[in-house]
Amino acid sequence: MRDFTYARAASVEDARRLAQQSGAMLLAGGTTLLDLAKCGVARPDHVVDITHLKGLDAIEVTREGAHLGALAKMSHVADDKAIRAEFPAVSEALWQAASAQLRNMATIGGNLMQRTRCAYFRDPNSFAACNKRQPGSGCAARGGITRNHAVLGTSSSCIATNPGDLAVALVAFDAIVHLGDRKVPVDDFFLLPGATPDREQAIEPGEVITAVSIPASAAARRSTYLKVRDRQSYEFAAASAAVGLDLEADGRTIRDIRVALGGVATKPWRAHAVEKALKGKTLEPETVMRASLLAMEGAIAQGDNHYKIDLAPRVIARAILKVGGLA
Amino acid sequence: MSKPLKIKLHVNGVARELVIEPRVTLLDALREHLNLTGSKKGCDQGQCGACTVHVDGERVLACLTLAAQVEGREITTVEGLTPDGAELHPVQAAFLKHDAFQCGYCTPGQIMSAVACIREGHASSDAEIREYMSGNLCRCGAYPHIVAAVREAREALS
Repeated sequence: MRDFTYARAASVEDARRLAQQSGAMLLAGGTTLLDLAKCGVARPDHVVDITHLKGLDAIEVTREGAHLGALAKMSHVADDKAIRAEFPAVSEALWQAASAQLRNMATIGGNLMQRTRCAYFRDPNSFAACNKRQPGSGCAARGGITRNHAVLGTSSSCIATNPGDLAVALVAFDAIVHLGDRKVPVDDFFLLPGATPDREQAIEPGEVITAVSIPASAAARRSTYLKVRDRQSYEFAAASAAVGLDLEADGRTIRDIRVALGGVATKPWRAHAVEKALKGKTLEPETVMRASLLAMEGAIAQGDNHYKIDLAPRVIARAILKVGGLA
Repeated sequence: MSKPLKIKLHVNGVARELVIEPRVTLLDALREHLNLTGSKKGCDQGQCGACTVHVDGERVLACLTLAAQVEGREITTVEGLTPDGAELHPVQAAFLKHDAFQCGYCTPGQIMSAVACIREGHASSDAEIREYMSGNLCRCGAYPHIVAAVREAREALS
């Protein structure tokens, strides 16, 4: 790992100040930063440790919604009773991510800052071309092994998949990222690669994520996260869906529905077309299957990842039918 | 080279002072500076679990933790699982009884992970044990015996 200086932030204000230095990077759980520093992808000159800051690890659930401190650990949020009751998709997305050890380290704020698992991005010694790592250098993934690459939201510059699970659930339920006083809807926090894939999140140097809030909703209360992958545990999603459902009093007409996708897109992907097609409709398998196909409108396969275009709608449908009590 | 840091680590109940470069991981601090070689370096990239230790009672990966980051925290390694000269920890005894290893390289990490897994209450069924032990890889493939050992240790500790 390259040489860097180490400083422990004494306050959020101190962290902001230290993070403004050229070459500074914030250290929370370390599961992305130290991993990528060892790969030679992250090249910090100054590491600013924020893990000793007090009061940033709260997990609060009120009638208005959940407030997750940026330093709350993934494992603690996953096991929190109120989160499990009010936001089951959030708990399920968390405990199905990474491993127990990584979840004890990784924080909610840091989770939003995790980088892609694109093998070309992670291996600068073998692949010089990566627009995400080195803007303008090209993309080694195109024409390479693309089984895990994105089919939605890609650009000519980048086809890397956003690997997040939690972020998928957050996008489904309109969570807000708090950067101190500045608040950004989570869907806007994640950026499409476009011509600048090096910029993945709408956060400026010197800004610090302080919390994530999720508004309460009936759909969030009746929700699930379904993750389909090559291995049953400790693996990134081949395709995943966070789904929430609210039914009318008749128990079969869809009043509200939320659908977001993971493992298939360059950012956590809200499937508005699926939601629109199902609102007001009767919950039944054929309608759900047909509507789920709409999530893949505009999808572009790279060769090895065509299966995701077939798989993702089935994952969505199964998740909807599961929360609807039909699967 | 960045200025070395003088830090104090609490390892297995003992305060240890050391002077290290800022980039030294907890794993390297334990193995290379404190001569505690029970925590193993497998992948050194947060993927295999061989370096699992407890920080403030929770299992974490020492290879993705900076030593400087855990100053003031309570660190427990496999060497500190039981007091000197004491009998084996019930998890260690169960691993022996069930032959839950072949080469043994992943075993200290498996044991530290299993102790925490049981304490967390995530060992209630074989399926849950497999899910919550998935961060510890065993390339010899001793998984069925590891699950059996964790199951037995859970009973012994309950």
